Amino acid sequence: MVPRAPIERECDVLVIGAGVVGCAIARELTRRDLAVHVVEAEEDVCCGASKANSGIVHAGFDARPGTLMARLNVQGAALMPGLCAELDVPYRNNGSLVLCFDDEGRAGLERLLAQGLRNGVRDLSIVGGDEARAIEPTVSPEVRWALWAPTAGIVDPFLLTVALAENAAENGAEFSFNERVAAAEPARGGWLVTTSAGSWRAGAVVNAAGLDSARLFNATVGDAAPRLSITPRRGSYYLLDKTAAPVPSVTLFQLPTDKGKGVLVAPTCHGNTLVGPTAVDVEDPLATETTAAELADVAEKAVRSVPDLPLRSVITSFAGLRAHEAGHEFVIRESAPGFFNAAGIESPGLTSAPAIGVMVADAVSRALCATQRGDFQGERLGVPRFADLPGEEQASLVAERPSYGHVVCRCELVTQGEIEDACRRPVPPRTLDGVKRRLRAGMGRCQGGFCTPFVMQVLERELGLAPSEVHKSGARSWIVDGPTKTGADDPVAKGGER
Amino acid sequence: MRRDLVIIGGGPAGLAAAVAAYGAGARDILVLERDVELGGILNQCVHNGFGLHAFKEELTGPEYAARYVEMARERGIECRCGTTVLDVSSERTVTCLSPERGLETVEAGAVVLAMGCRERPRGALNIPGYRPAGVFSAGTAQRLVNREGLMPGRRVVVLGSGDIGLIMARRMALEGAEVLCVAELMPYSGGLKRNIVQCLDDFGIPLLLSHTATRVLGRERVEGVEIAQVDGHGAPIPGTERVYECDTLLLSCGLLPENELSRQAGVGLSSVTGGPVVDERLMTDVPGVFACGNVLHVHDLVDHVSEEAAHAGRAAAAYVAGGEGETGRRVAIEAGSHVRYTVPSSVDPARLDGPLTVRFRVTEPLRDVALVVSADGRELVRRKRRVVAPGEMEQAVLGPAVLADVTGPVTVSVEGGDRG
Repeated sequence: MVPRAPIERECDVLVIGAGVVGCAIARELTRRDLAVHVVEAEEDVCCGASKANSGIVHAGFDARPGTLMARLNVQGAALMPGLCAELDVPYRNNGSLVLCFDDEGRAGLERLLAQGLRNGVRDLSIVGGDEARAIEPTVSPEVRWALWAPTAGIVDPFLLTVALAENAAENGAEFSFNERVAAAEPARGGWLVTTSAGSWRAGAVVNAAGLDSARLFNATVGDAAPRLSITPRRGSYYLLDKTAAPVPSVTLFQLPTDKGKGVLVAPTCHGNTLVGPTAVDVEDPLATETTAAELADVAEKAVRSVPDLPLRSVITSFAGLRAHEAGHEFVIRESAPGFFNAAGIESPGLTSAPAIGVMVADAVSRALCATQRGDFQGERLGVPRFADLPGEEQASLVAERPSYGHVVCRCELVTQGEIEDACRRPVPPRTLDGVKRRLRAGMGRCQGGFCTPFVMQVLERELGLAPSEVHKSGARSWIVDGPTKTGADDPVAKGGER
Repeated sequence: MRRDLVIIGGGPAGLAAAVAAYGAGARDILVLERDVELGGILNQCVHNGFGLHAFKEELTGPEYAARYVEMARERGIECRCGTTVLDVSSERTVTCLSPERGLETVEAGAVVLAMGCRERPRGALNIPGYRPAGVFSAGTAQRLVNREGLMPGRRVVVLGSGDIGLIMARRMALEGAEVLCVAELMPYSGGLKRNIVQCLDDFGIPLLLSHTATRVLGRERVEGVEIAQVDGHGAPIPGTERVYECDTLLLSCGLLPENELSRQAGVGLSSVTGGPVVDERLMTDVPGVFACGNVLHVHDLVDHVSEEAAHAGRAAAAYVAGGEGETGRRVAIEAGSHVRYTVPSSVDPARLDGPLTVRFRVTEPLRDVALVVSADGRELVRRKRRVVAPGEMEQAVLGPAVLADVTGPVTVSVEGGDRG
């Protein structure tokens, strides 16, 4: 790469990180009279913990009463349905059960119930095994007691992040990708932030950098102040096919015991079943690999909840890293004047994101004396999801836009028109995985075996790329190494950077 | 719209069914193909070896397809490309979608399912490690190389010795890539013997039997694949792992009949083949819905697909013409010892007007065996075979006379022989 002259840019608020938390904060900030810019180290939104996520909207009985985590969880869960309706994001209120397999466990459920009541969770109750099985028939006959939380839900974590980002962009926020923050220092009128692409002068900075957030927090907090310690905690999952049966429609947790935390079995908003996650602390913040041992652990634990769980119907397995803070608490505060942090956001981070957005945006606005805008437009309409439209609407859409008649992904029924439209939106996908997370092309049972060449072609056309410049996810994730008949060392074959 | 016969899929099975249905008198035929051209997967099979049985000559995939495309054209059979079928109902209402014609429904007198198969993806194989770019099913890589002229990578490991994997090992070598090995979980290959010789042996590519991939390395692009030997139960043996540095992993670990539409139509599927359960007409348990080719069960040779599909096409034409009623007789055809499945799985002997071909696969490689078809305590057919293997489909042909007074189930089995 030819080194570019560093460019210096300005904004009122620089948000570091375009995960669900960064995007929620950015959107809330655009309600104010502020120039907001989001810098993201990866090439798209939703590339860290937000993408390898259970998609659960937790009711709010897990966190210790009085903690920030408890308060933001309950607030976030309350905000989620309305937010999803406003942003055209799939959300379903499916309820959750915490299962326990012996009478001794009942005390644990009572503790969770009491905790939930103190946190302000509505409608919690402890039910017997038979009642649990009446609520969710796939529940194991070995289950003796369960905590029923009818307010729990599920959300599409990818679309939530994309929708928050798009709506922020529609309201004036700007995004830059592949821009990694190197350092931040106080400067006249705010902060000077240096990045891999230049520098930023910002009145305030919001650190929502996920696993990287401790580095920025510790660099800005005074030397005498306590350090923040964040460990990458790996969670491995299985994803089951939509046709898998029998699977639960209610989210099933297991009561943590001295033998471990257990795993969940939960539906996704799109009809798949998610099984996991493990919780293994790792050193490498890039170690998103699955291991045979962890996956075996997931399977072994999951069949305790659902004995007939069809693990033969696995269509993929994956792992994500959550930013585990040593005290298991969200760290949401200024580490230095004008340097705000939303750090240590692990589960229930997705649930809490809407409330974190409000809380951080309020604090930043107060610090910058920002005022509310009159022209904020909070509603966002997603790309039409062809598969879910009624017949007449499908027909009129194809009549108007023939490319909606070309099916690109047969597993999830995604059309060429949807991919083209996604590419023309405020925060477009740049990679195969970006398309997959927005539209589900490649997320079905053939896992991209069929659609990959077609999605590549649309990205080439829409983004003006050579085939070798189309990536899966990440700058080194080339899919093809140029044309055939040219040889490995032929420069013609090397369309893109390696 | 109403059509006598709707054929779903314009690959080798769909075209052969259409041509044969025409030959049997059907005229109002519609073939629906989702790709922009007819021919199906043959269009990316640029190697030769097709047509030795059907045309007594050696053709490439596109040449073989072109023969059938031409036959369909000569007969004026309507084939609509770029058309995806979204739904088939048990009443044979076919809903399809195309950019030109939008959403359409067709009431079909009979339907032939000829959607082919798909490859088993990595997720279903459950290989631990990262999920980088560079892991392709062999057929996807074949499409990229042969149809799009794009190289999926330069240093390649192939997992699974299915025919597409073997063909792609050779193709990648011919395109200048280094193919390090083909690893196969089973102690024998799932591919045709001739492909082992012509694609691996002739190119010095090692075939590692009883080996599997235990880890994918590389976070963004494949950087290596860890291969380990497996024990008799297919479990990796600790200490035998070896990392092959490569940028590409091709998967050829089995093909799955693509029966999403069949399921929507309420067609009963076999848990062994993944395809519909059919009678001797290749009719499914939904009246008027027939199946043939790889959607029915995965074939090794397209020649056999064409033959089977022609049979389905003729039967569908007869169904539309209303000639064959139910006689009420139905004799089950069952898989006996060393046989995984049979197609068809039942026969009405009263309805047979010619010999019945029963296709089947054996469960393991065996030498010096007899293929035996028996019913009512007597042998109907016995044929000696020197070698049989799961990778090579077998067939038994039963004359109508042989089956005429059979009452009990017909059993196909493989007897005697040594593990080979």
